[in-house]
Amino acid sequence: MTGVNIGILAVQGDVAENISATRMAMDELGIEGVVSQVKTPEQISDLDGLVIPGGESTVIGTLSLINGSMKKIKEKIASGMPVLGTCAGMILLSKKAKDRVVGEMEQPLLDYLDIKIERNAFGRQKDSFEADISLEKIGIPKFMGVFIRAPSVVDAGKAVEVLSKVDEKIVAVKQGNIIGTSFHPELTEDLAVHKYFVNLVQKKN
Amino acid sequence: MIPLSGDLGNAKGIVRENLGSIETRRGTSTLKRGFAHMLKNGVVMDVTTVEQAQIAEDAGAVAVMVLDKLPADVRKAGGVARTASIRIIEEIMDSVTIPVMAKCRIGHVYEAQVLGATDVDMIDESEVLTPADEFHHIWKWDFTTPFVNGARNLGEALRRIEEGAAMIRTKGEPGTGNVAEAVIHIKNVNSELRRIKSIYDAGDEQDLVSMARELKVSYSLVEETASLGRLPVVNFAAGGISTPADAAYLMTLGCDGIFVGSGIFKSDDAKERAQAVVLATTFWEDPDKVKEAQKMVDERQSMLGLDTKNLELRMQERGSTA
Repeated sequence: MTGVNIGILAVQGDVAENISATRMAMDELGIEGVVSQVKTPEQISDLDGLVIPGGESTVIGTLSLINGSMKKIKEKIASGMPVLGTCAGMILLSKKAKDRVVGEMEQPLLDYLDIKIERNAFGRQKDSFEADISLEKIGIPKFMGVFIRAPSVVDAGKAVEVLSKVDEKIVAVKQGNIIGTSFHPELTEDLAVHKYFVNLVQKKN
Repeated sequence: MIPLSGDLGNAKGIVRENLGSIETRRGTSTLKRGFAHMLKNGVVMDVTTVEQAQIAEDAGAVAVMVLDKLPADVRKAGGVARTASIRIIEEIMDSVTIPVMAKCRIGHVYEAQVLGATDVDMIDESEVLTPADEFHHIWKWDFTTPFVNGARNLGEALRRIEEGAAMIRTKGEPGTGNVAEAVIHIKNVNSELRRIKSIYDAGDEQDLVSMARELKVSYSLVEETASLGRLPVVNFAAGGISTPADAAYLMTLGCDGIFVGSGIFKSDDAKERAQAVVLATTFWEDPDKVKEAQKMVDERQSMLGLDTKNLELRMQERGSTA
């Protein structure tokens, strides 16, 4: 196969939006390859890059654990595969998560990105917001961030680069080839974050 | 891809304020419809207690819907069905991390205001409760909290979207344990969508205007929907779903996810059934996995269910002419 093979974890959540954003990012960059939904460990093992979409992290985690995808994703990350996690995706990548109201969580996590997450950090749905943010450290200028029941990063380890904050809360991080965002770049027309990710995959490949 | 924009310029539900030094907007169409997109391929479960809500969350529900009585019990009890006790809604909000929804009566603007002030994540303007206004639904653009509405056909769905609904579900016939009506409703919507899409593809504007009149909705919304070939918001199945196979079947008909009402907590194997319905919804494309899910439940434990032909109360007809 020519080009990169990028998968969108298709257990639950806004899979179609991430497929579309990744596809458009590749087309604009002129990078060849395939973007597809992945659900099973077999599909995941062939990937050069993975996007874990928005959704409910408890649901995506629990179901990925049941069919063995969780283990396979961990192996792939350990071998250096780039991963982009948006919202629920960033929660799943983290080492530890708590909920703003309910407290410490014992949900299945990939335990890789050295951060502690606070779920629903900005409040409930009524507090969901849009705001202009930028990720200057990775060369992404102002765009509209869409934060839906968004988590924030409360602790970040030494290897973690903080890319953006809103109201003193960390909302985007990078650790090696792993990018996590509290917001949903797939819900806006600005493709900058997906382009950055596709470039990472291309370079690694 | 479904576009998320679609705001009314003067929607009262949009709030502009600063968070620290950053200007923010809340209650926009992107945020309301986007919230519904995060639920896709998931199962929303009706619950009446904290214990049920925790069972639902542990089973992998994507959200819970709080009611005073499950639809089957509403049907049995008769009388007026209203929104759930606020205290119970708040207790559930404090005990689970997934989104919490609650139902208000059709047209009952102030029940909806109360639910909005309670901070529920989504309001279901629902035919399961007794309508407060037979002729008007709530003007949902006035709210920062997103709404979901039921529909039996394309006209109902588009009229609710025009009023500001961020998500649609089939009405089905709630509390019957009988999936037949939900199947009819999604098939109605699908066949009408194919019809307007073919008119749009043929470029027959005059016929599309007639369709807008027939559906009693604005031309621009009919045109947008026809060009997409699907509803411009997330569309779930609801009403009478009780087994994993029911859920998987509705997913094959193009639904974006599933609401289960009485089906789970009126069965005698609620915990297993909750997990099984989630599994069947996630892996609906794989008959082996759906079989595994179906094997987790015992048909002898399913709710008995009702023949939808001989019902005293057809909840689906509530608010359908408006």
